[in-house]
Amino acid sequence: MPVPADRRAAPPPPARPGSLAARPRSLAARPGSLTARPAPRALARPSVRREGLLLPTGSPVHRLPPQTKLAALPAFAACVVAVPAGSWWALATCGVLLLAVVVASRLPVAAVARRMLVEAPVVVFALLLPVVATGPRVDVLGLELSRAGLLGGATLLVKATLGVLAAVVLAATTSSRDLLAGLERLHVPRTMVAILSFAVRYSAVLVQETRRLQVALAVRGGGRPRLRHLRAVAGGVGALFVRGYERGERVQRSMVVRGWTGALPALESSPASALQWAAAGSLPALALVVALTARAAA
Amino acid sequence: MHVPDGFLDLTTSVATAGIAVGAVGLALRRAGREVEAGPAMPGLVSAFVFAVQMVNFPVGAGTSGHLMGGALAAALVGPATAVVCLTVVLLVQALLFADGGLTALGTNVLLIAVVTVLVGHAVTRGAQRVLPRRPGSVALAAGLGGLVSVPVAALVFVGLYAVGGAVPVDLGHLAAAMLGWHLLIGVGEAVITGAVLSAVLASRPDLVRVARPSGRRLVVVGADGARTAVAASPSAEDAGAPVPLRRPAGAALLVCLVVAGGVSLLASGSPDGLEHVAAAVGFEGAASSSAVSSGPLADYAVAGVPGPLAVTIAGVAGVAATSLVGAGAVRLVARRRAHG
Repeated sequence: MPVPADRRAAPPPPARPGSLAARPRSLAARPGSLTARPAPRALARPSVRREGLLLPTGSPVHRLPPQTKLAALPAFAACVVAVPAGSWWALATCGVLLLAVVVASRLPVAAVARRMLVEAPVVVFALLLPVVATGPRVDVLGLELSRAGLLGGATLLVKATLGVLAAVVLAATTSSRDLLAGLERLHVPRTMVAILSFAVRYSAVLVQETRRLQVALAVRGGGRPRLRHLRAVAGGVGALFVRGYERGERVQRSMVVRGWTGALPALESSPASALQWAAAGSLPALALVVALTARAAA
Repeated sequence: MHVPDGFLDLTTSVATAGIAVGAVGLALRRAGREVEAGPAMPGLVSAFVFAVQMVNFPVGAGTSGHLMGGALAAALVGPATAVVCLTVVLLVQALLFADGGLTALGTNVLLIAVVTVLVGHAVTRGAQRVLPRRPGSVALAAGLGGLVSVPVAALVFVGLYAVGGAVPVDLGHLAAAMLGWHLLIGVGEAVITGAVLSAVLASRPDLVRVARPSGRRLVVVGADGARTAVAASPSAEDAGAPVPLRRPAGAALLVCLVVAGGVSLLASGSPDGLEHVAAAVGFEGAASSSAVSSGPLADYAVAGVPGPLAVTIAGVAGVAATSLVGAGAVRLVARRRAHG
């Protein structure tokens, strides 16, 4: 984008998503920022635009109604949590069940693995547990480790991994719009769904704005964060809030002008058939059988 | 700070989810006009909190941290709306970004959305009472709110871990470690909250909820000498009077049911404090068994149903019976009053 010489001191023009300025590597490092990362090719051809975090493959898992997935995957995670510690065969069976779903949904392995990086802090904690937990100690490679901590840490790691994988499958096979429709079908209060839908839509906008802010700071000599930059960063965030709030007021006013009466129209969605419920429910049902068996054995 | 799956056992997760649902339901009602006016403003504030968690702030010595935003959101838009907004952020993070476990969602909402916001707000309001009434005090008070809110949330987490932790950890050590670490994080949170708030105060002080003059009214003296008091700003009206709760009893009952049904599983089988003292002092024999000791709910378990299910059924039935008796009593009193 050409910038006239006399405008260099002025705030940088809004970086178009996909241009180099919008995605400095160091600033885009957070794994959770996937919506914010622009997809240049997708912008050029809106017809194949990737919607948020959806990885469309058209698999049977993608085609399931969102409400069934929204109920089934947390229920599966709950069954995994219910498995007693150290019941490795049960956790392995649950893992195989979930991996079968991943295979059935034909998700690209690399993308799924990249999204699992969000688990990193849990891994650190799970590795710390054997050191800090109480109970009898065992000698592993010259380290005095707690037996219960080893068991608990490993169990926590497996359970958290399965939970994250379940959530990744949910987000990768369901568009955010369908997720909202599914929540509505599951009778989450309409007000909450409405706020959620605005939050989902405008998160991308505000994250883009945040990136512009960071770029603007970096080109003015931000560099590594130092305490004397606090005022500048805080000023930017303050401006972000004011802009966000004012944008909210503007959106609200324009909604009123267009005849908003106090309730958003229901999101277009179809009810799930018994067969679809059964298909989605088979995952938590099998996991429940596994968890109950493991609990009975323990 | 997000709690993952498998950290707390299922019963604790269900119980915290129940409490979180009740708290967020109450917040939705209390937020009243702000939320009912339209989803755009709370949605945008949620998006702001979401975005701001990605900004790395310098906190000195070459390190940086990001904001959690409970105290800041409470200071900006009021506690009720802040609870709703942070819950929305946590929902987005859990459902779309796999950040924080699906089964731990209730725990995370309770810790991050409810505890930090309420504690942050209470401390901010308290500090405002002590500090001189100057614009600069608002940022300082909110910073104090941020400072306290983070370690308190960490302590609540330690409490939850004591009830339903998956791995036996020395609780004293855990509390000390969590407190020390989160005190540091709290200092960062305080600095950032104060800095951001003073930036907003510099440009749009009217948007900062805690900076609004609460309850200040203009006294209008008419030509005939009649005095009427009007709110200083149209928005001060709704700031002063929260929307009355329409169905608080229903929400409270729901929380009771969940706690009775879920948490009763956690209750220890050992005698409760009073019984223990009684046994120690030696007058337990004096307490004769009551008439219901052979009833279907004797000693909080259902005869003929095995194990934990019995305790759950007993808990739920107990709440139901208690509320029925309570409702009956209230109705009787109401009828008497109507007659008298």
